Amino acid sequence: MSTGNMNLTLKVWRQKNNKTAGALVDYKVTDISPDMSFLEMFDVLNEQLINKGEEPVVFDHDCREGICGMCSMFINGRPHGPKDLVTTCQLHMRSFKDGDTIVVEPWRAAAFPVVKDLAVDRSAFDRVIAAGGFISVNTGNAQDANSLPIPKMQADAAFEAAACIGCGACVATCKNASAMLFVSAKISQLALLPQGQPERYRRVQSMVAQMDSEGFGNCTNTGACEAECPKGISLENIARMNRDFASAKFISEETV
Amino acid sequence: MSGFGNAFSSSIGKKFIMGITGLFLILFLIVHCGINALIFLDDDGLKFNIGAHFMATNWIIRAGEYVLFIGLLVHIFQALRLTLQNQKARPVKYAVNDGKANSKWYSRSMGLLGTLLLIFLVVHLKDFWVVSRFTGIPTVDVNGHENLYGVMKVKFQDPVRVGVYILAMISLCYHLLHGFASAFQTMGWNHSKYNGIIKNVGVWYSIIISLLFAAMPIAVYAGLIK
Repeated sequence: MSTGNMNLTLKVWRQKNNKTAGALVDYKVTDISPDMSFLEMFDVLNEQLINKGEEPVVFDHDCREGICGMCSMFINGRPHGPKDLVTTCQLHMRSFKDGDTIVVEPWRAAAFPVVKDLAVDRSAFDRVIAAGGFISVNTGNAQDANSLPIPKMQADAAFEAAACIGCGACVATCKNASAMLFVSAKISQLALLPQGQPERYRRVQSMVAQMDSEGFGNCTNTGACEAECPKGISLENIARMNRDFASAKFISEETV
Repeated sequence: MSGFGNAFSSSIGKKFIMGITGLFLILFLIVHCGINALIFLDDDGLKFNIGAHFMATNWIIRAGEYVLFIGLLVHIFQALRLTLQNQKARPVKYAVNDGKANSKWYSRSMGLLGTLLLIFLVVHLKDFWVVSRFTGIPTVDVNGHENLYGVMKVKFQDPVRVGVYILAMISLCYHLLHGFASAFQTMGWNHSKYNGIIKNVGVWYSIIISLLFAAMPIAVYAGLIK
């Protein structure tokens, strides 16, 4: 399968389950093609391990085209590796040099417990969404789209927030393991649109409360999340969330 | 209060407290630095002593002093609380974490910089505040005001003290470089038309305040002012 000429040393985090401690284990992979994706390189490693009768490395992946948010490797100290605005599946081996040593770790956060090896449980994000990241709509015919005029700037900002794929790179890279970029994107994509208004202030309170109870850290505005986000989600969303939270707590009469 | 629910115990509420107290301390530094800069008038500290006398005797200022200490303590304790919580949010550390690839070192070192400032503050309060409030200023100037300027001139003859003050002002500069714009972001005061202004004012504020403060011990030690 391997047809390239790159030889690499991998230091991969191996951990049986959430109850046992893990450790970095050294592996060698040879004849890696620079055109392979990082995950395809891991496929090569796993075939090698299976042929030797060893346990393959467990890692999350699904669409392998950068839109599902499943892949999640912390590569050489950065989520999704050294390139900006790409997920691990879209990272190619040409971004590395022959002979490199690459350290691969799982996302590390109390709220993202390791399932096995490089796979972590990100269901905390699902519970944050379930707490309020939706709009309530009665069934029946959809009304005419033109009955809700939305300024272009507003629509674009909502769309940019909605680009979040929920991969968790923001949490992984944040020195505080804070989920504020994710949560603020999920709040903003609705807060910016007319459909999101009825539940706007209830939503921000519920989702922030859920975020806190999941054990994520607190934002200190280092901006690492924005820099590492494969979808370029902006810190502006966090400011919007904070603003909405203040309005909800101190101005809105509705309590949650 | 029940209507406010968990406003201040939530993660964002705690950040609000850091931001508000931080902005309050930023305002305080302007007053502090402005009055201290009167020493550069080189009038043997007469104007500076008038300022110091006003600050020590005006009841509004004295009441404000309590607010300042409360603000400072809240800022420190809240930071401590947040730091401990944040450490718990990542129990297993990364073997390799390339922080410099995505953020400024000082934005990741606010706790360290703040701790250095706290140590400095103990030295600084002992040097001047304790003297002016409790142990007494030994001399008066020609206007009959307590000669705090005289105290400053004596203290800054010590090169070790001058060095400590300069290092502290470097810490202050970096703490403010992150803190200023960060406070606005936390409070949600983010607006495409004002973001650039906030960022620039923050950078200039941090540099000017720290440089002015650092220039004071240097000027006295080097004998640049009488």
